[in-house]
Amino acid sequence: MAGAEAGGGEAVGEGTARDRGSGAVGPLLLGVRHHGPGSARAVRGALEAARPRVVLIEGPPEADALIPLAAHEDMRPPVALLAHAVDEPGRSAFWPMAEFSPEWVAIRWALEHGVPARFIDLPATHTLAWEGGTGEGEEAAGLGVRVDPLAALAGAAGCDDAERWWEDVVEHRGAGEGDAFAPFVVLEEAMGALREAYGSGGHERDLVREAYMRLQVRAAQREFGDAVAVVCGAWHVPALRRKAAVAADRALLKGLPKVKADMTWVPWTYRRLSRFSGYGAGIDSPGWYGHLFAAPDRPVERWMTRVAGLLRAEDRIVSSAHVIEAVRLAETLAVMRGRPLAGLSETTDAVRAVMCEGSDVPLALVRDRLVVGDVLGEVPRTAPAVPLQRDLDRLQRRLRLKPEARERETELDLRKETDAERSRLLHRLRLLGVGWGEPVASRGSTGTFRETWRLRWEPELSVRVAEAGVWGTTVQAAATAKAEADAVAAHGLAEVTALAEHCLLAGLSGALPAVMQVLADRAALDSDVGHLAQALPALVRSLRYGDVRGTDTGALAEVAAGLAERVFVGLPPACAALATDAAEEMRGHVDGVHTAVGLLDDATAAGDSGTDSDLRDRWRAVLRVLSGRDGIPGVIRGRAVRLLLDDGELGQDEAARLMGLVLSPGTPPGDAAAWIEGFVGGGSGGGMLLVHDERLLGLVDAWLTGVPADAFTDVLPLLRRTFSAYEPGVRRTLGELVRRGPGRRGSAAGASAGAPGFAPELDTDRADAVLPVVRLLLGLDGDREQHDDNNLAGVTG
Amino acid sequence: MSVSVDPTFVEPSGKQPTEVLRPHAEDAFAGELAALAAQDDRPRPARWKLSPWAVATYLRGGTLPDGTVITPKYVGPRRLVEVAVTTLATDRALLLLGVPGTAKTWVSEHLAAAVSGDSTLLVQGTAGTPEEAIRYGWNYARLLAGGPSRDALVPSPVMRAMAEGMTARVEELTRIPADVQDTLITILSEKTLPIPELGQEVQAVGGFNLIATANDRDRGVNDLSSALRRRFNTVVLPLPESVEAEVDIVARRVDQIGRSLDLPAAPDGIDEIRRVVTVFRELRDGVTADGRTKLKSPSGTLSTAEAISVVTNGFALATHFGDGVLRAGDVAAGMLGAVVRDPAADRVVWQEYLEAVVRERDGWKDFYRACREVSA
Repeated sequence: MAGAEAGGGEAVGEGTARDRGSGAVGPLLLGVRHHGPGSARAVRGALEAARPRVVLIEGPPEADALIPLAAHEDMRPPVALLAHAVDEPGRSAFWPMAEFSPEWVAIRWALEHGVPARFIDLPATHTLAWEGGTGEGEEAAGLGVRVDPLAALAGAAGCDDAERWWEDVVEHRGAGEGDAFAPFVVLEEAMGALREAYGSGGHERDLVREAYMRLQVRAAQREFGDAVAVVCGAWHVPALRRKAAVAADRALLKGLPKVKADMTWVPWTYRRLSRFSGYGAGIDSPGWYGHLFAAPDRPVERWMTRVAGLLRAEDRIVSSAHVIEAVRLAETLAVMRGRPLAGLSETTDAVRAVMCEGSDVPLALVRDRLVVGDVLGEVPRTAPAVPLQRDLDRLQRRLRLKPEARERETELDLRKETDAERSRLLHRLRLLGVGWGEPVASRGSTGTFRETWRLRWEPELSVRVAEAGVWGTTVQAAATAKAEADAVAAHGLAEVTALAEHCLLAGLSGALPAVMQVLADRAALDSDVGHLAQALPALVRSLRYGDVRGTDTGALAEVAAGLAERVFVGLPPACAALATDAAEEMRGHVDGVHTAVGLLDDATAAGDSGTDSDLRDRWRAVLRVLSGRDGIPGVIRGRAVRLLLDDGELGQDEAARLMGLVLSPGTPPGDAAAWIEGFVGGGSGGGMLLVHDERLLGLVDAWLTGVPADAFTDVLPLLRRTFSAYEPGVRRTLGELVRRGPGRRGSAAGASAGAPGFAPELDTDRADAVLPVVRLLLGLDGDREQHDDNNLAGVTG
Repeated sequence: MSVSVDPTFVEPSGKQPTEVLRPHAEDAFAGELAALAAQDDRPRPARWKLSPWAVATYLRGGTLPDGTVITPKYVGPRRLVEVAVTTLATDRALLLLGVPGTAKTWVSEHLAAAVSGDSTLLVQGTAGTPEEAIRYGWNYARLLAGGPSRDALVPSPVMRAMAEGMTARVEELTRIPADVQDTLITILSEKTLPIPELGQEVQAVGGFNLIATANDRDRGVNDLSSALRRRFNTVVLPLPESVEAEVDIVARRVDQIGRSLDLPAAPDGIDEIRRVVTVFRELRDGVTADGRTKLKSPSGTLSTAEAISVVTNGFALATHFGDGVLRAGDVAAGMLGAVVRDPAADRVVWQEYLEAVVRERDGWKDFYRACREVSA
């Protein structure tokens, strides 16, 4: 490699570049790697040296009109050129550019020197028409360096890591050393050899694109002579150099499909740069590349200082001595591994060993904040509207929902298709931070079928829409992407649950799997049962909304079941030894989970059975544990018994026995009062239970009369709270029952056949009174008419 | 880790005094070291027996130009070996961290053998390690007879390493009491060891360095002060990367231990071993093997060493009280003991794991039942 470089350097010196200008050699072809800082630096050097009269760049020519915007003072990379089909905003392709992208550098150079810059790739009109959908867009939109050929090249150089090899020989080369064109010559030679071996690399569309590029280069040459510089993926250089017949190129371009395409600049982020890109060559470490490009000298030292700054901001003790040692280690490692400069892997290893004490946890922070980075680009407001805005306009027209500055309320009936769609649109916009509509509490009806919105379009919302353009080209796609990103960034479990609910409301079933995955992960790691118990009802509620709106909720049900499972396991230990307030809160959780489990059961009953009833069974087992374990606060134990009783899981006798145990004299009165509060307190119809089951009432009564005088004042507030929550009618009945006296209670607790609340035996007098009517109805004998009349009168009176 | 000790019996002592149970690394691999040294043409730091590249080759294994095969000593990530060797070459002390059974001592011994040709300058750290073990002691007979002098001084391995430019090793650094640990600070930063009694000092010569090992998840250790910590480059040796590697280690060690305990030939329990290893790995990593479900991790270390003891225990149970076949029931109790270290928090973790993962898994019904039985 070194020999080839030296040779190339002699062949194409400064003088030869001028020869080119006179038309001897042809255009200056600068093969680059998209997003390569070394390439970018080399491109700038080469342009400075060659001073071309026009700069041609790989990219969609529709964007030519947008090039001047790159010099706008509000333009901050990373940004992306976005092409989208006018009628179908979902069909789009991106060409992202960071400040260290060679394409960006070329554009800026041209603008600074008043030289025209043009994009020469196949127009987006055709590339968009080629694609089946958005996903393929990135693939077809333009690839710089193939992974496979690169690996072959690296393999030939005796290196197993293609990416690293490329960095070593191309990107990490310092600026300004030797000849500005040498790297490109060497690269072109290598790529030429590769193209001979691999042809188009299996991408037939490249041939069409290259034909188009050749024609464009030729046109530029006619206009400007040979003072033409071309910046394109290194892979394309041999093809552009090749002399091909114009007619053959034209033939290749015949009959290409077309769609109406539109272009604009959109803001981009480093994070998206790392995920995928329109140039097809996504990079893992945009932050590191940005640093390499921006650092004037001593990149490793500067990088380590930045890492130290970050770690210090996070309260890790990192001294200058650490930085020194980290730099030493990184550089020695590079020598040991035979690399010209400490790369990302060396610096990472050094940071781990010296600054992070071998731990990967702070290292993850470094990776997230610095190696990838949080940089967000900006585009001037004069940039053409983003497709998201167009999509929104279309939806607004179709749904007859005009943006008005005046505030108005609108009521939506979700059973109607249009209204349901309107609701989804508003919810999606809210997810995207475009607060056009605010949901307000419905007046009158409270059904889940109705929604009331307060709508108001403020001018700044257009800006919000433009900002949201980074998430996608249609409202649905953007909201889906935003929801997924939000889920990952969410802090608490409750936040994710709310997001899941929101996704269902907005009909974003596409985002649900990602959100559910995050939810499941968070639930697995959250050790606070309270959080889990809080999340469960919301989740089950979402499940029911999903039913109403016809969304697929299979994943949701699964996650909810998993969440319930975790609550079951964690609840008993979490209930032990709680203070009064905490116990009260936990009782609320127990109630919430109980309702949720019931609903979950109903919601999933239609699907596969077996596991669901299983769920309910296990919840009952948990309740049994709660009801019987000492150390669990009385209010929770009482509540558990009550829930079991209501479910018919616990017989009345058993409930009475448990109550008797708790209310026996050995229990501290405060605890017993709490138990009663849990058992019959609140708005849970506990009063009616006491009215109907005199045995229980008797137990309460006997206990209350047995409470010692000094303890009585302690339990009084609690009891008062329990009983004051009852309806007045229930309270009065209870009072009457108690006033009826101790004699009746004795019989209530007795063993005779009567059901609770009834006397042990038939009241024969009152039963007799019914007989005559029965006789009359059956038409038996009429001789006791007189007697019957009297009795009837008595009854009615 | 990658070398199994030959379990054949040892000659009775006296007959052949050189036949030791376990020779030092520099003796056991003398041939390889000599071959490496002979063909090593790269620059060597002062008093190093090999160049850093050759040291890395010695640890990672490979074939030399003349055909000599170097056996791999450490099979973990290459990156770690490179960082470790580079650390020593940059004259920084090296701290090897890891849970039990991750070959810390093994790596440190071989590094010392390759770098200095001598792995015996060793300080074994315990709760009772005195300052003398790191600095110097006195020969009291001479001290009383002639007063303090260099003759009466008993140098520690660290002191000798400093004087001769060798690699010293400190095992289990975190078990050494904090005040004794701190004597290392001057040695590592000033590279000098003062002897105030004589008004002298020992200054380290080029080639001196120190490799310490420590257990990072053990309870009740003496954490390093940040002043000392700062003087080390830290390399964390990871647990085995794949299930298969770990199953292999566990099975091999269980077999060896079983023989030394005179258990009958190990019954075939590889499936059960795999299950134990899987459970340990899943809980340790906090995610199921398929990477789909996250889990809470218990407070214990769940090291490979503990998996070995669970399985050994299970074998003993199966042999003495069962039918000789290792079954779920035999390992369940040991498993519970290994996982549930903190009775409150870990029990929840374990039960969640049982309910959320084990119960749903195909073919794990017996294991689930056995664990439920012992957990209840």
